[in-house]
Amino acid sequence: MPEIAYWLIGIGLVFDLFGCIGLVRLPDVYNRAQAATKCVTLGTCMILIGVAVAAFGGAGWPMGIKAILCAGFILLTSPVAAHAICRGAYLSGVRLWEGSVEDAFADHANEIRKEQAQAQQERAKGEKAETA
Amino acid sequence: MSPFEQIAFGVLTLCSLLCLFRIGRGPSAPDRTVAIDILGTLIVGFCCIMAVWTGHEYYMNIAIAWALISFVGTLALAKYLEGRTYDA
Repeated sequence: MPEIAYWLIGIGLVFDLFGCIGLVRLPDVYNRAQAATKCVTLGTCMILIGVAVAAFGGAGWPMGIKAILCAGFILLTSPVAAHAICRGAYLSGVRLWEGSVEDAFADHANEIRKEQAQAQQERAKGEKAETA
Repeated sequence: MSPFEQIAFGVLTLCSLLCLFRIGRGPSAPDRTVAIDILGTLIVGFCCIMAVWTGHEYYMNIAIAWALISFVGTLALAKYLEGRTYDA
């Protein structure tokens, strides 16, 4: 295994550890999600790139290509998942930490809630019409 | 198993235990969902270190499949949290 692969995997592990400490330590869902997602995405991608370097240096190129492919998948999917969770958390009514300074999503969230309520009313009307 | 792999497995196990703490303790459902998502990403790291340690290539297949399926599961949970039904 080449020297640089050890360094990449080691730095990735440190980032993973920091992300998980943030997941335990920070005060509310949104802080936890951003700390954990950013650190763990970068950390795991660095582990994967280290594995790819090690594979190209010794174990064979198919493993290296699979490692790079997996790094690409994680880089694409992890931020999308975190965004979806945070949006779901806000719309399901999880409060911000009392030390937060700004809530830029509040107006837009109210619009989304109104749209949802309207859609639900229309659906209820449709069900009544079907039963009658 | 060389000392490097021992340290790597130790750090990843510690990270997983921190995630499990948040899954068990988390005051709300989104906390648990975030922790489950992070645990899935950590398992991908586990699979990579296993592939380097054993030299078997198929651990990378497990890592790719786990990354994609964990993403789909997280999106389903997020949609459920948002309060809509699945077909809306």
